Amino acid sequence: MTAPVPALLVLCDGEIFEGEAVGAPDIEVASGEVVFNTVMSGYQEVISDPSYAGQIITFTYPHIGNYGINGADSEAARPHCRGVIVRDLARRHSNWRATGSLHGFLRRHGIAGIAGIDTRRLTRHIRDAGAMPGAFGTADEATLLAAARAEPGTRGVDLVSEVTTSTPYTVGAGPRRVVAYDLGIKSTILSCLGELATVTVVPAHTPADEVLARRPDGVFFSNGPGDPELAEPATEALRRLVGTVPVFGICLGYQLLALALGGRTFKMRFGHHGGNVPVRCTATGGIEITSQNHNFAVEPGSVPGVTETHFCLNDSTLEGLCVDGADAFGVQHHPEAGPGPHDARHHFARFAEMMDRRRAPA
Amino acid sequence: MPRRDDIESILIIGSGPIVIGQACEFDYSGTQACRVLRADGYRVILANSNPATIMTDPEVADATYVEPLDAAVLARIIEQERPDAVLPTLGGQTGLNLATELVDAGVLEACGAELIGADATAIATAEDRQLFKQAMLEIGLDVPRSGTARHIQSAREVMRSVGLPVIVRPAYILGGRGTGIASTAEEFEQVAAVGLEASPISEILIEESIVGWKEFELEVMRDRADNCVVVCSIENLDPMGVHTGDSITVAPAQTLSDPEYQQMRNAAFAVLRRVGVETGGSNVQFAVDPATGRQVVIEMNPRVSRSSALASKATGFPIAKIAARLAVGYTLDEIPNDITGVTPASFEPTLDYVVTKIPRWAFEKFQGASGTLGTSMQSVGEVMAIGRTFCESLQKGLRSLEQGRFGLNADPAEAATERLDDAELLAAATVPTPERIFQLEALLRRGVSVQAVSAATGVDPWFLDQISRISEERPVLESLAPEAMNRAGWRRAKRLGFSDAQLAHLWGAPETEVRALRERAGVRPTFKTVDTCAAEFEATTPYHYSTYEDTDEIRPAARPRVVICGSGPNRIGQGIEFDYCCVHAGQALRGAGYETVMVNCNPETVSTDYDANDRLYFEPLTAEDVANVIAAEDPVGVIVSLGGQTPLALSGRLPAELVLGTSAASIDLAEDRERWNALCERVGIPQPPGGTATSFTEARKVAARVGYPVLVRPSYVLGGRAMAIVYDDDELSAAIDELADFGSLGREGGPASQRPVLVDRFLEDATEVDVDAVRDHTGEVQIGAVMEHVEEAGVHSGDSACTIPPATLGDEVVSVICDYTRRIAQELDVKGLLNVQFAVKRSPNGAGRSGAAGAAATGADVFVIEANPRASRTVPFVAKATGIPLAMVAARLMVGATLAELRSEGMLPPAPESAAPESAASEPSASLPPASLWGVNGDYVAVKEVVLPFNRFPDADAVLGPEMRSTGEVMAIDATPGLAFVKAQLAAGTRLPETGTVFMSLADRDKAVGLRAARIFHRLGYSLAATAGTAECLRGGGVPVAVEVAKLGDHEGRHAVDLIEAGEIQLVINSPRGRGPRADGDHIRSAAGRAGLPLVTTGAAALAAAAGLSELRDRSPTVRSLQEYHRNLRGAAQRPSEWAGVNHD
Repeated sequence: MTAPVPALLVLCDGEIFEGEAVGAPDIEVASGEVVFNTVMSGYQEVISDPSYAGQIITFTYPHIGNYGINGADSEAARPHCRGVIVRDLARRHSNWRATGSLHGFLRRHGIAGIAGIDTRRLTRHIRDAGAMPGAFGTADEATLLAAARAEPGTRGVDLVSEVTTSTPYTVGAGPRRVVAYDLGIKSTILSCLGELATVTVVPAHTPADEVLARRPDGVFFSNGPGDPELAEPATEALRRLVGTVPVFGICLGYQLLALALGGRTFKMRFGHHGGNVPVRCTATGGIEITSQNHNFAVEPGSVPGVTETHFCLNDSTLEGLCVDGADAFGVQHHPEAGPGPHDARHHFARFAEMMDRRRAPA
Repeated sequence: MPRRDDIESILIIGSGPIVIGQACEFDYSGTQACRVLRADGYRVILANSNPATIMTDPEVADATYVEPLDAAVLARIIEQERPDAVLPTLGGQTGLNLATELVDAGVLEACGAELIGADATAIATAEDRQLFKQAMLEIGLDVPRSGTARHIQSAREVMRSVGLPVIVRPAYILGGRGTGIASTAEEFEQVAAVGLEASPISEILIEESIVGWKEFELEVMRDRADNCVVVCSIENLDPMGVHTGDSITVAPAQTLSDPEYQQMRNAAFAVLRRVGVETGGSNVQFAVDPATGRQVVIEMNPRVSRSSALASKATGFPIAKIAARLAVGYTLDEIPNDITGVTPASFEPTLDYVVTKIPRWAFEKFQGASGTLGTSMQSVGEVMAIGRTFCESLQKGLRSLEQGRFGLNADPAEAATERLDDAELLAAATVPTPERIFQLEALLRRGVSVQAVSAATGVDPWFLDQISRISEERPVLESLAPEAMNRAGWRRAKRLGFSDAQLAHLWGAPETEVRALRERAGVRPTFKTVDTCAAEFEATTPYHYSTYEDTDEIRPAARPRVVICGSGPNRIGQGIEFDYCCVHAGQALRGAGYETVMVNCNPETVSTDYDANDRLYFEPLTAEDVANVIAAEDPVGVIVSLGGQTPLALSGRLPAELVLGTSAASIDLAEDRERWNALCERVGIPQPPGGTATSFTEARKVAARVGYPVLVRPSYVLGGRAMAIVYDDDELSAAIDELADFGSLGREGGPASQRPVLVDRFLEDATEVDVDAVRDHTGEVQIGAVMEHVEEAGVHSGDSACTIPPATLGDEVVSVICDYTRRIAQELDVKGLLNVQFAVKRSPNGAGRSGAAGAAATGADVFVIEANPRASRTVPFVAKATGIPLAMVAARLMVGATLAELRSEGMLPPAPESAAPESAASEPSASLPPASLWGVNGDYVAVKEVVLPFNRFPDADAVLGPEMRSTGEVMAIDATPGLAFVKAQLAAGTRLPETGTVFMSLADRDKAVGLRAARIFHRLGYSLAATAGTAECLRGGGVPVAVEVAKLGDHEGRHAVDLIEAGEIQLVINSPRGRGPRADGDHIRSAAGRAGLPLVTTGAAALAAAAGLSELRDRSPTVRSLQEYHRNLRGAAQRPSEWAGVNHD
């Protein structure tokens, strides 16, 4: 083991944390919006989730990297996050699925990390003060503070364009035809959809006409990073598609559905990032433990012409809606999991039923 | 779905006495359940035979039956109370088994009581291994290949189809008793036979061995709307092959990728649904093949368990409390999360720390036991430690064990490991033992690779690599002088969990200096909070652990704080009784306006429930860790005298002005032999002659002076550790060796190694008496109770049955005992509790031989054996018997209240008119009438009986002696001593036969009392069998002996083992000889144990049993609630007579 390289994390409000540099070497400054995620397993999925574009991920669970990384669990070809903050990065991993270490993965993808941080202090700070820009690295405190203050975070930045596919491609071999808008789509979503349908993944700015020209049985709007109000092209497409074909949106896709129908979204103080969030289905009263990753939410009561179907039990955040009189619905949480509980996976079947109803004339 | 209104009253079945595999975690669970159901407006009826529990406090339930947990007794309770529902899932395996019996007997149906929490089908599906396996296969889950057998022939066939190695498990057992692994056909024969015998239905499961696989457990809850959550995942450091109760376990799971974890989670929910756990908590165990990830389901428990208690403490999610509410109809989302106050219970806790549980064993108590861990649980307690990393929590856990370890090696006790060479060490580590964790570290430190160690032991490389971080830090630390340590260095060491004591050992510096230097470098612990949510929401519950981070989360307190030091891991001699006292102290002091702060590391207990006190610190009870809490809390005082020896041993290392109650100096006075002798002489209290010794030569001198037999014992040890009665020089020499540095006690690093050994004349045939008393700062003394032991002196008081009031002692003797107790309390300046042990030697002619004060007229000599100014094991029993909350009273006295004040508050009953309270100035009265004793004025007798774990240690002799070996106790109350004794036997699991043959083989000293017992047996129609000497005595006394039994070696006649094995004996009375070959007795007792026969090992107990059986002919035992007993307590003044049916001949 080489001697640890001291590094600092500085938040834009001046809070300083001491740690040591891990991951991609020689990074003097890595900046982004600092958020925390409370999952205890699934770090590979989280780090590779494109929804974290522009963000630095703090893991509240102290030991990260224990089971290494493997070829199956990444949510995208490469991570889009700006950095990783941990209490303790495993030196040695152990799992039969592992093909490499997390440390090596971060280096390979040029993602900087900082370890040894009192992540509980950091989490409490973000909880109380809200998610905020920060910077970490081997640079001095003043440089890092300046970088943190200069960091726009996720506000006013079109992050979806950074992560969406440049060209359409097809995955899956299911019997139906689905077009999926890639706003930062996770591969677990693609595998869930791929079981139902042959899925054509299209760039975020694809106009509705082009999508309809593919004669889909249903259109899917994916998760993605940043402020939903900045993903206007996809929202515009949604306005056209709702009522025409069955539509399903997850996370950002769901927020866009709300915006397309005239609803409002807002930025939460520190969002929901974890795998243990209870969500109630208002129709059945049943509770599902869900995987969540969002900083923005839809304002309850703001969306005309919909039924609000799901709520978060922790803080009453609106978690799902379906459009009255149209085959369109969306959920704020991640039914595909990756990582997290599978409790809500039935939403994919619901989408399939919707498509089948439309296909099979009564 | 709100609470069910169609039920009004609920019977909760407790788990009974503490046994290996079923300990105070069920008191924790049951107490939570009783409280929450009462708070919801239900009438709660509780049945539990264990008086040392908080749940049997009369305030916890509406009606508390301290009665044997026996189906027939429960049926009577149900008939009497007519509960609408029975909740069996909080009483461990005992609760489930009883529920099954009650259902099968039709009692529930007849009385219109519904089983809630788990129904009979669910219990059967989970408990019956074949049904369970079938159910798992039905829902597509993988299980080890297996088959069942009911006799040895079919067992062999199953073994051949499954393929060796196989694991054999008996059906319907708890804690894995009778389970074994076989790798060869020969091993299989033996293991299968043991398993068939252990199963109450003579059925075993033979399955594919998955020894060496990784082991995981999920704690799951389900509500009646089918909402399911995982409360906690647990990964075992020890791979499959070691019972999970004997494994070091870690929460959360460390080495599962998320898809694997989710597969396990989905499977766990499927298991609950299929088994049919409609509501409540269950644990599901899995094994994972490390090479392929194949997951198989091992077992599930449709009830709260030891691991659910651990999971509750590890996460802050109170499983039992929530399970109880789910059982009465609530759903998870309707129940708030206590810790956050704002979120519901329908979520999954997430941790931002690592929890390590480490078992504590008591092999040193069972000579002959191998010390090898296997699939049958052998540990008697456990500790839990919380750290931000695994390294930190592991080292904290190891120093919490209180076995002389300062952490993961780097302490004097590592010498045992250091003596082995690499090959020996690696070979040793392949066998799972309590030492293995230390061996792993030593191997890695010596440079043996993680791969090699993992291959040899099956311990996952991730855990080993973490351990090697500790190993690698050690040379770095050793290369530095403590003065050369900088802040970063201190912080790195402390973050790896090194204790100041370890560092002091490495540097050869005093621990206080290490601490001072560290603090000067600015490295102090920070306290974080267990909050169920990794800080996502603000926690309202102050449940803390120490770590070395940037910031602290302790909030200032509004009221003066008192720190209560708990009793640490359960062990033989120090268990639930002390936790009970600590919990009561918390209750009393909270009520008196203090904020109470609990420090403890035992996850099974009520004291570590986050709402038992105002604040909870889950910390090791070492000087360093307790000092840290004191620094954080700035208390007005610290209570060290209620948690047994653990906190008491700390008293000298805490600031003297903070120690509440009796001073550390007085505690020392009671332990220091010379000064104690002088005290007794000064106040005129006789002691058995004796002296102290630091060598065999000195000990022999004392023995020569006082005469054999002598009692040899170390000071400052609870539970009679290493205590021995010796009859000659050879035995004395062996006993002294055991106490020396290389004896087991020395290895434990116990203070005995630095203190002289006590050598006293042993009083044969004396009656032992225990007294618990309290004294306030004005000098008023109140006797709690005088307890007469059933077994004679020489059997450890913790292993002896005893009665309140004394069954045979005259009023005059009791007066003398009370008087001596008062004098000692006065001399020791006790503030709080005092326990005194006496030996009463009755003179055959009815007159005392010595001129000791007060003894002349009593016909007996009273000797004081020892006095301890602290809580004793009997405090809860006294409280249950008398209705006086003795530990609460003591806690109040320690912070300055007086007995008079407590009487006026109503915590104590008004002073009896016949005896005015004594003041400090008053002369102790030698003839104080026993009317001043609380509680003995009732119309009943309370008997405490112990439960021994010999069935877990088949190689150890099942005989009582001066070393305590019982794990738990039961209490029985009835109108007479005999009835109460027989009931206590039933409660302890011994069903005395109503007819048949009684076998007697008695030591000479027991023959007189044995004859009295034999007369009763004969009168009742039992037939008697006896060995030659005993037979002669019986016949001489006019009792016919039907069978004279041969000695084992004899060629003629049938010997006892033969008769026992042939089923011709129904009760074995065998008292061991004081000296000489014990082979016969060993074999007889062992045969009795195997045959499941009731075994009585003292003459006194035989007489008590005979008396009780005699009375049972005329009446059935009483079934009455504790509340009712206490209500009538001071109404009657009739003192129950001596053992009824006994002729005073």
